[in-house]
Amino acid sequence: MEENSVITKNEALKRRSFLRYAGAGAALATLTIAGCNKDDDMPRHEDGEYFGSGDIAILNYAYALEQLEAAFYTKVADAPYSGISALEKSYFIDIRDHEIAHREFFKTAIGGSAIKSLEVDFSSVNFGSRDSVLATAKAFEDLGVSAYNGAGRLIKDSKYLILAGQIVSVEARHAALIRDLISNGSFADDTVVDMNGLDTSRSPGEVLKIASAYIKTKLNVKDLPNY
Amino acid sequence: MNLLNIINEIEHVDQEVHERLNPRRAALKGFLNFGTKVTAAAMPFALGSLFNKAYAQAPGDVKGILNFALTLEYLEAEFYTLGVAASGLIPSGPALGAMTTIRNHENQHVAFLKTALGADAVSKPSFDFTAGGAFADVFRNYDTFLALAQVFEDTGVRAYKGQAAGLMSNKDVLTVALNIHSVEARHASHLRQMRRSRGGAAANLKPWITGANDTGIGDAVNAIYAGEDNKSQAGVDITQLNGIGGKISASAATESFDEPLTAEAVLAIVKPFIA
Repeated sequence: MEENSVITKNEALKRRSFLRYAGAGAALATLTIAGCNKDDDMPRHEDGEYFGSGDIAILNYAYALEQLEAAFYTKVADAPYSGISALEKSYFIDIRDHEIAHREFFKTAIGGSAIKSLEVDFSSVNFGSRDSVLATAKAFEDLGVSAYNGAGRLIKDSKYLILAGQIVSVEARHAALIRDLISNGSFADDTVVDMNGLDTSRSPGEVLKIASAYIKTKLNVKDLPNY
Repeated sequence: MNLLNIINEIEHVDQEVHERLNPRRAALKGFLNFGTKVTAAAMPFALGSLFNKAYAQAPGDVKGILNFALTLEYLEAEFYTLGVAASGLIPSGPALGAMTTIRNHENQHVAFLKTALGADAVSKPSFDFTAGGAFADVFRNYDTFLALAQVFEDTGVRAYKGQAAGLMSNKDVLTVALNIHSVEARHASHLRQMRRSRGGAAANLKPWITGANDTGIGDAVNAIYAGEDNKSQAGVDITQLNGIGGKISASAATESFDEPLTAEAVLAIVKPFIA
């Protein structure tokens, strides 16, 4: 496990001590987003699951989003909506496995500085309804694409940037499929692609504001780079 | 481009406009100004610092990468423009609609990159989409056209991914490149679905890449998918991670991460299509 860690052991240990301050509050996440804080070696006393700072925080941010997606598709695959076709079911199993691969990859790569498993809240989703499941899947995939696109500029280490690039195109493939399942031909329509042919990007603050509706665990993202 | 002028006008009046512009707009502005021929000294402060960052850290690199991207976009734009215009090639209805959407995006990418590069933009090469006769019926046979469309998009995804690290010196250009990259991936996903619905060798094709060359097209496109069967990321063997009911499968491990390609590898792939 330690050998697999992308992050050095020292760095992981240094960050680990901060996790003691991270409360496991069950209240709905209240997010305070701060800009990139250079003074990142000071302990943080705020409540909430602490993401760390710099690239570690961005990796934890990706890890959080992948946890959310993996949990969602695990539920979809466990109890598919009524009338699901064999092809649709196989797609959802594939996507579930991709998101789990992403989640477990980040957990291993971040090592001791990884945030814990987040408690999710899908009470707004009707898992028995194809429309509700597809609408939520579309929201998550488009959000994921915009999150990775928007985080790229905040990443300092090129190897993390390339990893983000390797994942975001898979999320975009998911997004296009889900959109086509809702309405064939909407894979890249003008709700996500602008007049210059560019996809959407969102800052971590914008993304977490949307994602927090589905996350029960309180997050401490005050040192997460943002803009 | 009018947008460029508008933002410049605002900036002359209010030099702190960057702080109030939303990041997306600021990014667009920084990108659009990348290739303009103005000296740093003559530029308003915010714009000048963008320029200095771009040129001081990686002189030539960013521009070279953008011209590389422009060349790929020229190829895609002309391919779809000719395909959509070829009578009887693409079935009317959803297929023609999708190809028209993709054509429009590729032409938008060309226009955007040309504007950004200004006088430094390379000119469009002459293309031979038959690749010297290997795909002689590309604009007469829908399946040939679809096959080439898919491999062009999958190549484009790999190409942009391979250049991301080279653009880190200019965050605005990097963001634009990422925003193009994911659009190419959306295209690839849809084209793979379109090919699957045609059956035959593509009957089991998925929107994502399984293993290496999963196209059913044959060995001719092996280079485009070389390395996509990688199962290890940043030293982590994905097939050793826990999945549902066991470890992550080899298929899921390769599907869940797309792989970059170097510029050299991409140029070798597209060379047969440049007349």
